[in-house]
Amino acid sequence: MKKFVFAASAAAIAIAASAGAATAQSRDTIQIAGSSTVLPFASIVAEEFGNAFPEFNAPVVGSGGSGGGLRQFCQGTGDNTIDIANSSRRIQAGEIEACNGAGVNEILEVQFGYDGIVFAVSADKEDFALEPVHVFKAIAAQVPVDGEMVANPYTTWNEIDDSLPNQPISMAIPASNHGTREVFEERVLVEGCEAAELPEMEEEAMEAACTALRQDVVIEIAGDYTETLARLQSNADTVGVFGLSFYDQNRDTLKVATISGIEPSLETIAAGEYPVSRPLFFYVKGEHIGVVPGLEEYVSFFLSDQMAGEGGALEGAGLIPAPAEETADVQAKFDAREAITADQL
Amino acid sequence: MTDLSQNASPTDGSQARLKRIRAGLGKRHAREKRFRLYGIVAIAAALTFVAILFAMILSKGLPAFQQATLTVPVTFSQELIDLEPRPVRESGQSAADFRAADLRWQRDVTLVNWNRVVEDAVRSLAPGSEISSRDLQSLIDSAERFKLRDAFVANPNLLGQTVDMQLLASANADNWLKGNINRDLPDSQQQLSAPARALADELYADGNIRMAFAWHIFTNTDSRSAPASAGLAGAFMGSLYMMMVVIVLAVPIGVASAIYLEEFAPKNRLTDIIEVNINNLAAVPSIVFGLLGAAVFINYFRLPLSAPIVGGLVLTLMTLPTIIIATRSSLRAVPPSLRQAALGLGASKTQTVFHHVLPVTYPGILTATIIGVAQALGETAPLLLIGMNAFVASVPGSPFDQSTALPVQIYLWQGNENRNFFEARTSAAIIVLLALMISLNAIAIFLRSRLERRR
Repeated sequence: MKKFVFAASAAAIAIAASAGAATAQSRDTIQIAGSSTVLPFASIVAEEFGNAFPEFNAPVVGSGGSGGGLRQFCQGTGDNTIDIANSSRRIQAGEIEACNGAGVNEILEVQFGYDGIVFAVSADKEDFALEPVHVFKAIAAQVPVDGEMVANPYTTWNEIDDSLPNQPISMAIPASNHGTREVFEERVLVEGCEAAELPEMEEEAMEAACTALRQDVVIEIAGDYTETLARLQSNADTVGVFGLSFYDQNRDTLKVATISGIEPSLETIAAGEYPVSRPLFFYVKGEHIGVVPGLEEYVSFFLSDQMAGEGGALEGAGLIPAPAEETADVQAKFDAREAITADQL
Repeated sequence: MTDLSQNASPTDGSQARLKRIRAGLGKRHAREKRFRLYGIVAIAAALTFVAILFAMILSKGLPAFQQATLTVPVTFSQELIDLEPRPVRESGQSAADFRAADLRWQRDVTLVNWNRVVEDAVRSLAPGSEISSRDLQSLIDSAERFKLRDAFVANPNLLGQTVDMQLLASANADNWLKGNINRDLPDSQQQLSAPARALADELYADGNIRMAFAWHIFTNTDSRSAPASAGLAGAFMGSLYMMMVVIVLAVPIGVASAIYLEEFAPKNRLTDIIEVNINNLAAVPSIVFGLLGAAVFINYFRLPLSAPIVGGLVLTLMTLPTIIIATRSSLRAVPPSLRQAALGLGASKTQTVFHHVLPVTYPGILTATIIGVAQALGETAPLLLIGMNAFVASVPGSPFDQSTALPVQIYLWQGNENRNFFEARTSAAIIVLLALMISLNAIAIFLRSRLERRR
């Protein structure tokens, strides 16, 4: 036992010592975190990158939502901070300030394609033809009735509009840690709010009225789309908010709703017809270029035709490719190391 | 009493007493029977739940160990693989130059249109079919082109030859053949196109596609671009490194502090406080240790993100109280006579502890260690906070490399968007993790019974 204790403590010391040694040497694997919408795309690129460039390690891709990823990104520079933050929305001025405060000044923005947000129900349910105003009236805390704001009285969809099915209102939407939530509010709730013709009020009150949700029928999902899908399976009346790529892979169990008469698909989103779509981003820490090997190559590889381009691997996974000129622009900006600043937003 | 039993005509009073005793006895027996019944019901309920759990996991997970695999003659045609021969190190060439040339050659090999090689191979099995190349590609897992590349890099002499190779069918083809996706659904709701589905059925009927044991679950890492070839190797190694860190750190520290506290430390206020706090520590939720790990090990000590070393350190903190408490209680269970005898024969305190007391407690310490480690093996929450839920496409070579862990891999697969395929995969990963746990516990029981017998 004595020998064992001795050997074990020797091993413990050795581990601690090597811990010190390892932190002294710099990291050679790109570390990425952020949006769960971007995660599948970034993971595919990471995997293919590892295969295509035998001299670099495959990057490591973590999740945590757009906000979580950018918070990690803005913790500072150095080996124990991430190199790239994936985001399904643009970085905010406050986040840039936080970054600058921690010594991250060279934030390089890369926009690489589009994603659609779809509303879906279980496949055995009736068709939904939604308008933004329907969604607003279904889930807003207060809705206008005869020019007065009253607590939301609707219980079934057909009370809002006769064209909608007679189905109890229940909706699973992404929680505020997801970038998807912001797009949902901006493109659906606010639009619907305007169409609902709220009585005159101050701007701030209006904004609050547009995004305040009733809690009895709205389920906020902090996890990923699988959790939303589980909600639909446990309560078949639920309408869920998904990414187009998730819906695409689960077409056998989900049925998609049209928005303003347009069915979401690669084509309608690429053409800009489907209203609820958003660009996807990742942010590269300029300070780490040249320190962590492979960062520049990763960005070029990501933007290359075989990945984010038309007919590339990411299109197969549900990404809507950006036009080639747009991508070339992004690449040129990245090559010129044009950092984004708070007053550009 | 003897009077009572011998008396032929007992008095009314004793009769009543007898009745009362009988009635009371009956009640007591009934109470005992009831209690036993409760016990049996409780055990039956517990067993039923365990049985349901296992039945569900096994029925869902076992099919994932069988995967649709296509056996196909692959031609490494000269036409498609138009390359220089692999560089050979010339005399006078520096090692770095040679390595660069070799890497360049490997990159060229990667750029060969391997998809086309795969396509030609599959087409040779269905010569009459007019299936489009996109549909045909959708049947084969997209990582299989790297299998061909690796085979070629390993043996460049394959150029121009035709060899039989086993290629994994894609996840969607696997779903279709296994019936994981409803086969009656219309085209618009299917993942594969109608010609692709027909070809898959044809190849399956001909015996070209077979259900083969999916060894790659154990040898491959996780994969997003080619879900059919996703495996557990990376997560398994990550868990293994963490277990090593836990064993190397938690056991010596835990046992040493338990011995000191139990055998040497003076009994005063301070040691009381320490003891209470160790017990408190054992009850701290694991997620709190994760937060601590992120704040201390990553932000302060600057250890790498997503690395098993950090996970191991966090789990060490979590396991320490378990080991200390269990070791102390087994030390306390050693009869004082043993210590007194050793001390009486002139052994020092240290000799008494290490030569006589400690050996008796080995089975207890061992059990505590293995149970603590098994508990740590299944822990997920703290790992999420130190970034071990990342997607990692390579097997970690050391505890400092980024990696996932088995329970985290289950969590990640559970969230994968290809539900039809990954539902089974998730259960398969659970089976692997449970098998590991059960074998760890079996080792604990085996070692304990052996050590106890030797004593």
